[in-house]
Amino acid sequence: MANGEGAPRSALLDEALGPGGPIIVLDGVWLAFDEKEILKNVSFTLQTGHTKIILGASGAGKSTILRLILGLLTPDRGRIFVNGERIDEMTEDQLMAVRTDLGMVFQEGALFDSLTVRENVGYKLYEELHWPIDQADARVREVLGFIGLAEYLDRMPGELSGGQRRRVAIARAMAAKPRILLYDEATTGLDPITALTVDQEIVKLRDLESVSSILVTHQLRDAFFVAEHTAVRQGSSLSFDRAAGRKAAEAEFIILRDGRIAFEGTAQEVREIAKKDEYIHAFLS
Amino acid sequence: MTGRFVEFTKSALLEVQEYVFLVGKFFRGLVTRPFYYRDVLEQFDAIGVGSLTVVLLTGMFTGMVLALQSGFTLDQFGARSMVGRLVSASIVKELGPVLTGLMVAGRVGSGIAAELGSMMVTDQIAALRALGTDPIRKLVVPRILAGLIMVPLLTIIASGIGMVGGWIVTTSLLHVASSVYWNAVVQGLFIQDVWMGLIKPFFLGFTIVSIGCHVGLRTTGGTQGVGRSTTNAVVASSVSVIAVDYLVTQFLIVLMY
Repeated sequence: MANGEGAPRSALLDEALGPGGPIIVLDGVWLAFDEKEILKNVSFTLQTGHTKIILGASGAGKSTILRLILGLLTPDRGRIFVNGERIDEMTEDQLMAVRTDLGMVFQEGALFDSLTVRENVGYKLYEELHWPIDQADARVREVLGFIGLAEYLDRMPGELSGGQRRRVAIARAMAAKPRILLYDEATTGLDPITALTVDQEIVKLRDLESVSSILVTHQLRDAFFVAEHTAVRQGSSLSFDRAAGRKAAEAEFIILRDGRIAFEGTAQEVREIAKKDEYIHAFLS
Repeated sequence: MTGRFVEFTKSALLEVQEYVFLVGKFFRGLVTRPFYYRDVLEQFDAIGVGSLTVVLLTGMFTGMVLALQSGFTLDQFGARSMVGRLVSASIVKELGPVLTGLMVAGRVGSGIAAELGSMMVTDQIAALRALGTDPIRKLVVPRILAGLIMVPLLTIIASGIGMVGGWIVTTSLLHVASSVYWNAVVQGLFIQDVWMGLIKPFFLGFTIVSIGCHVGLRTTGGTQGVGRSTTNAVVASSVSVIAVDYLVTQFLIVLMY
């Protein structure tokens, strides 16, 4: 039990918690539901401003990783650090403080049905952070403008299309300016054009607002778009250019297989390994 | 067979354990911050004002039928003038609290289980936690608090309107004078009866709403699960109303009479 209580810190963890260390660390995480092991010895780090894209078959444990990072689930073994703080031993009250720096976009959006778009997006500002109303309203307008839905302020979630709901969910997650955003199948079920809009929002947030992100998806097209593009602002215009060099290395893929990390590397490395590894080849084709 | 019994026992004990945890968290949420005042007021309106019509109708018709049935029975002994005693004693001590409880269980218990259950299966509860809100403080505390306060008020209204219903039947169909009826109503009540009628609804309100919240927050399995939770909440809270009514009555009789 290398990562159990009282065990010495692994080299990965020493590096991770050193100066300039990453914003998220999973170190030897195990999790089982009843008899079924979902995650087996999962370790990775996420550097500030970088992106991890988690791919894997259904039930491979992708969304579970996001829920562990948010503290919605507790690992059976292993350690999880967010912003240098160990969260797997925290109480729910302590986790609330950690979550102020985290935003999550849930599958299907998980918008609050009884609240308007404005109330959904500003929920954290109005209810938890108690921003002055005019300041919170201004921020809500700002983020809705960022995702191109400024005119939908007073609509109810039921009046929105699937793509709009997903974009409102992104706006809600980013409203309180968290430094980390977690996307759980943010583009699943969307048409290619809407999915591309959501992908561009993810890239914009990462490159223009320095948000670190973890993206769980089944959609390879979206995964490679986020990994291989960068948002560039020139004056008032915004373009999405092909990422190269150091920028391309800032987005890494993690491929989960049966609860274990089968591969971790950049988009280029994924393409190369797919030529040799049958499973990854089958997964990507 | 033994395996299934063991599984059933384990799952029943788990449910009880989770319910006790929920109740513990409610009391903790009641005395610690943050406290969502606006949600409490909204629930007062949803549970209290929203249940008013059904409780008024139930109370009114219960009082009317009680007067009608007892009137004809008492008539055989030439005691028609005693109808008020029977109506007031039955309604204030027993029928008012229990019928209000059952009506609230049907209307509010099911509604809470369906609402929280839908929020569970659509990840809205997880989203609340992700946004830094404790679902117990935001959703459970206001609802239970509203149940605790509004069910006794609804019971007072139901009992009051029940006696008015009895008065309508007694004066119009049984041809007993109003003064005789109201005099009998007052004579039929002792202070212990009034206390019993006031104390029991607190327990019933707490039971109904806490069961609705517990069942709702334990929902799994999509829309089918929400339907199952709604049914379970109504069944569990209705049976609990009767059981808690008996237990509290037994306790109060020992204490007061």
